[in-house]
Formats: sequence, C-alpha cells, structure tokens
Amino acid sequence: MPLFKLGNTHVPHKKSTAGAMPLRMPPPAEVLIPTVMHIGAAAKILVSEGEPVFVGQKIAEAGGYVSAPIHASVSGYVKKIESIMRWDGREVAAIRIVSDGCMTPHKDLCVPTVTDFESFSAAVRESGAVGLGGAGFPTSVKLDAQKKGLIKTVIINGAECEPYITADTQTMLHDGADIYDGMMLLKRFIGASEFFIGIESNKPECIAKMRLLFAEDECRDVRVVPLPSTYPQGGEKILIYNLTGRKVPEGKLPADVGCLVINVTTLAFLGKYFRTGMPLVEKCVTVDGSAVLHPKNVIAPIGTPIEALLAFAGGIAEDTGKILYGGPMMGIAIHSVSDPILKTTNAVTVLNTKDALPKPTTPCIHCGRCVAACPMRLDPTQFSKALRLSPDDMAALLTEEKLGLCIECGCCSYVCPAGRPLVENNRIAKAKFKTHLSANPAFTGTAVKK
Amino acid sequence: MNKLIVSSSPHIRSSLTTQRIMIDVLIALLPATVASIVLFRLKALWLILVCCISALATEALFQLAAKREQTITDGSALVTGLLLGLSLHANVPLWQAAVGSVFAIAVVKLCFGGLGKNFANPAITGRIFLLIAFAESAGGAYSYQLIEKFKGIYPNYATVIPSMATPLNKINDAGIGYLLCEECKAAGKTFCPDLLLDMFLGRGLCGGAIGEVCSLALLIGFAYLLIRGVISWHTPTVFIGTVFLLSWILTGNLAYALYHVLAGGLLIGAIFMATDYVTTPINKLGKVVFGFGCGVITVLIRFFGAYPEGVSFAILFMNILTPYIEKWTKARPLGAKKRGAR
Repeated sequence: MPLFKLGNTHVPHKKSTAGAMPLRMPPPAEVLIPTVMHIGAAAKILVSEGEPVFVGQKIAEAGGYVSAPIHASVSGYVKKIESIMRWDGREVAAIRIVSDGCMTPHKDLCVPTVTDFESFSAAVRESGAVGLGGAGFPTSVKLDAQKKGLIKTVIINGAECEPYITADTQTMLHDGADIYDGMMLLKRFIGASEFFIGIESNKPECIAKMRLLFAEDECRDVRVVPLPSTYPQGGEKILIYNLTGRKVPEGKLPADVGCLVINVTTLAFLGKYFRTGMPLVEKCVTVDGSAVLHPKNVIAPIGTPIEALLAFAGGIAEDTGKILYGGPMMGIAIHSVSDPILKTTNAVTVLNTKDALPKPTTPCIHCGRCVAACPMRLDPTQFSKALRLSPDDMAALLTEEKLGLCIECGCCSYVCPAGRPLVENNRIAKAKFKTHLSANPAFTGTAVKK
Repeated sequence: MNKLIVSSSPHIRSSLTTQRIMIDVLIALLPATVASIVLFRLKALWLILVCCISALATEALFQLAAKREQTITDGSALVTGLLLGLSLHANVPLWQAAVGSVFAIAVVKLCFGGLGKNFANPAITGRIFLLIAFAESAGGAYSYQLIEKFKGIYPNYATVIPSMATPLNKINDAGIGYLLCEECKAAGKTFCPDLLLDMFLGRGLCGGAIGEVCSLALLIGFAYLLIRGVISWHTPTVFIGTVFLLSWILTGNLAYALYHVLAGGLLIGAIFMATDYVTTPINKLGKVVFGFGCGVITVLIRFFGAYPEGVSFAILFMNILTPYIEKWTKARPLGAKKRGAR
C-alpha cells in the first residue's frame, strides 16, 4: 500500500443523513423506466403497451454483450412505450408503467442455482446488476475478466467520497448480511487471493461494522482499509492505487492490473439477489442538499419520478436552483423534475439558487492548485490552453498531456480560486479530440510538420 | 418553482478567490510594513503610500485607457505596490519610487496582458529598473535608531549616512572582521551572536531596503502564508537553504553564512517574490529547482559579482527560465507511459 495516497481535495462532507435509516416509499402512481441505465447498448423491450407486469418481471433484455436486462419495479400495466431525452441529449426508449399499488412480485421469481463461475456470471447478468456507485458498468461483464483468470484482487468500494451522499453508508450499516453473502459468493466463484474494503475514515462506524463482519478466521484475506477523507477516494483508479499501489495503464482496465472493483451496494445487491431471487428493482437514494427541507434516505422503485421522490421526502424549498442525479462533485444536473430514478442513482441533490450559480471567473493566476489537486497528476491548465490552438496543434497537445486519463472528478474546477471551468473544458476538449480523430484517421499523436 | 439551472459538474466550488489570496499576501506583509515604519518612521510610510497609490492609479488608468475591465479590486496591484515600496531603501526620492511603481504595473504587468500573463515579477522588475536607472540613489540606508546613534559620532551625519554602504557592501570590502564587535575581535572569536540577533530583529548595524531589515517580521509573514496554504514551503526553504549552505562552504564560517541569510533582500525575496504564482513553476519539483537556481545565482552575484546584492537579479533570471523548468519537471500522469515511449 503506498505511503502517499492520491486524492487530496478537501470538499465539504455534509453527511447529515448518515444516521438516517432508509425509509421505503410507497409505489408512485407511475414509473418511467428507460432502456439505458447502464454503460453499453440499450436494452431490448420485451413488453407491449397495455400488458400487465409484476415486480421483478423482465421487461427488457440485454441488447448486446455490454448491456443489462431491465425489470419492472412496480406491478401494474404498461401504459406507454415512449422516447425520452436523457440528460446527455440522447433519445432513448422508456417504458411507462402505471402502478396498481399492490407491488405483487412476479410468480416466476426464484433463487438462482449456481454451481460454477459460468452459471454465477450468467445469474449476475440476469439480475440486471450494474455498477451502482454511479458508473453503471454491467457487473457481469466486469466479472467475465475472470474467464481469463485475470482477477487477483477484489476491491469493494465503500469510499463514498461525494458530499451529501450516504446511501452506501446505509448499506454498510444495515445490510451487513447481504454484504457478507455477496463477499462469500465472490470468494467462491472469483477466487481472488486478496479482498479489500476501502472506506473513508469519516465513516468510523462503517469501518467498525465491516471489521466485525469479516472478523472470522475464514475471512482473514478480507482487509478493511480506512482511506483518507479526501475527494476522490472512490474514483476507481485512485482506489486501486491507494489500496494496492498498482497503476492502471493508459487505455487499460482494472482487470489488466488484476483488480476487480465493485461498489459495496452492488455487492450487497448480489448477496440479496442470490438469497431472494429479486432482481434490481429499487434503490436507496439520499435526498439532501441546500434546498431540501427534510434530508433523508429513501428506498424508491427504479423509475420513480424525481418529483414523487422529493414529495415523499418532505419537499424542496421554493428557492431551488439545481436538481442533480448524484452528488455535487460529479452529479448530473437534470432539466425536469419528471425524470426518473435510475439504477445508478444513489442520491438526488437539490441545491438552492445561491449554491447553483457558478463562481465568477477571473484570470488564471497560475497558482497550481489544480495541478496539486489532480489525482491523476495531470495539468488541467494545458487542456484549456489546447482549446485555443489550431485543431492539429490542439490534438498534439492533448495527446502529449494525456487528456484521455482525465477521470472528470472535478477537483481542478473545485479548487480553482479564479473559478475557471477546467474540467468543463476537459470535456469539451475530449469531444473536440474525438471529432479530430474521426476527421483525421492518420493522426499519430504528434504535431503535423508543416 | 424557478426554472432549473443545468450545467456541467462540479456544482460546488471552494470559497477561495484570487482576491482572498491577495488579501492574505497583504496580511502577511503587514508585520514587515509595521517594522519598516517603526525603523524608518515617516520616510518608510511615505515611500509605501506613494508606491501603493501609484500602482493602483496606474492600473485603474491603464484599464480605463485600454477599455478593459477594471481589475484594481483583485488586490494584485496593491500587492505589487507594497512589495516594491518595501524593497526600496528609505532614501529613494518619492518621485523615483512612483516611477518604479508605474513601470512595474504598466510595463511589466499590463503590457503583457495583465494579471496572470506577465513573465517576470512586477515588483522585482520595478526594483531592478530603479537600481539601473537611478544607480546613485540605490545604495543602502540605515534605520532610525542607527541615525540617532550616528548623530553623536558624526556631527554632519546627514551627508555621511546616505553615502555609507549597506552591510553587504561593507562585508565585501572589509571581509569577515566587519561581522565582529570590538569585544569579540579582542577575544579572538569568529562569531558575534549580538550582531546576528540585531539583524534578526532589524535593529543596529542593519541597513537595507525598508522592508527587508527586520527578518523576524518577514518570518511571521512566511508562517502566516504557510498556515493559510497560500504558498508551499518548497521555494523559500530551498532558496534560503542554498544561500546558507553555499555561503558556508565558500567561507567556512557559520556566522558568515547566517549573516548572508539575514542580510539583504534574501528573506523578502524568497518568501514573497520567488513564490509569486504567475512567474514561478507550478509543481513541487519545479519549485525546488527554481529555489535552488535562485540560491546559486544570488551567491554568485554576492560573492563574485559587481553588485553587492543579487536576490532580485536571481529571481528575475529564474522567472525567465520558468517555462523551461516547468517543461522539464512535469509530473508523469498516473498510469501514463514514459514520455516519448509509445
């Protein structure tokens, strides 16, 4: 384990909901379930309008290898199959289900029987599991690295480094049995040699709970490691480096350095799924932020409209500026309160207008705070500089400065005293770089000699 | 409910602003400012006021004339003015100080595009400009207490004092013996703690620019900047350490090395000027290289050069090298291949 850990940005913790036991909300009148709630191809819809559905029923199947099936989160009937615009401007199909309020489970649900890695991976795929920390990478695809025997180290991500969010904290505090079961499944079917659970040290009760859970002799290979309470400990590459000292090479995956990183809530879901057979249909969501009147943790069916969730949580202030999927550092601002809770939504953060407005931008004073804050050791000022160059020079500088390594954690923009949009520029640069590559397939990464 | 605001993450920002940083630098300069006024009385006060006001006025008028956004509220012009004032000696005519301030702001800073765009530190370049343009008035000056003391010795002190050299001139001429009081000389010692303490507190035989004579005040400012996280320790420590070690090696005398640390503009330069964000390297290794380079050049000028003092020239020279230092000391990103490797 390296002595000097990466990630040194002090963001406010604001974990006021850490002690708030999650409340299960009653089914909303309608849910809207998009077919893309994961990284990869859209799921293929299996139901038609008017058809009755039950909780846990598969309503869309994986649309490719990197994809995940989707299940009905309430019982009722399919009202409409519509097209909605996601936050990123992509049009995706979505299934609108009218709830009958009964939450009747589907009759075919059963506990999967697994005997080996193949059947385990297949069962995980059927559960609809994706990375619940926010990335939404299909879990079974991650596990499949073990087909090549790559995985030596399993890392359970309980860092939860974003401000406000305590959904993973709730999992660790209240769903210990599920986490334990999930861990046993991984031990049995993945068979890695070491297991880490990384938790930020601002959650001592979670660390204590996890240590107690894995105190037995047969769990000696499971190590609960306190991480510094600095952002972004939960970033995958940062977590891998801080726990194992391994650096994921450019353009490679964690499996290439023998690591499998799974969010603690995903692990708990797996443990629960293999005990009850209920696929991924609900999420624990932290509702907090400066414009939330009564912050709390809510267990909501996937597809619940944000407005129904906020109404259940006790409403929001008149002076609402922004509503985010996720926390304020990497969360996505939504444009409509009727947007649904997704598989990857672990928080809905509502900020008041004062917090939502950007800091005034002044000239860069070259103070170097962004460089010191970057957990990937990049120089964010260079990416912004590249945007002012000609396309060829821009592409050369972006390649030289390794733009592709930027994890968009937002530390640079957060610390900048001049309020400069650094990570925002990185995203623009990434898009421009992509355009440049498709227009110049022969681009080799160095400046064109004129 | 209002319309929702949609923007790219992050949605929260630290409360730190450029203005707040500049205010911190001004606070850190406060002890040195107070010390200079205590030691040099009204002369220092007028010098500081003239430098600050002319710096602010230059910036305001320049931005007005260039039809650019008014920037005097960011505090950077005030920092430049105050630093320039503190790095001049008490006998500099006020009109010269004003010229230096105008030069620093208008030519060195604003002509290059304003805050963040200048390649050299405005205060230092302003000081060097005055040193070269008005060489006769750039010698040393002695503190108020010393003048009182000299009044008894020299009846016509008013003409004697301004023509006297600062300790650094003196030591270059007279050698190590200058560092010792008569008692120590008689006792055959090579070390005079009283003199060093005097220099540390800024009293006694300690001439120089008004802001640089009191080492204690500068170190208090250094501690404040470190605690507030405004600067990192790298540049000042390496700069001062290099001067200390090299002087020790070159003379073989510890007292002499300490003397070189306390005399001249080393502390004010290392703490407040070599740590200027705009004109020094961004990463830690770069800061170390920068501080080391400054230290070496300072010692070379002090020991072998024509000028008694080399801190300003050292920093200016390293300012020019900064883009190269940054290029050479760039950190390798996490997981990136070695530069050049494919």
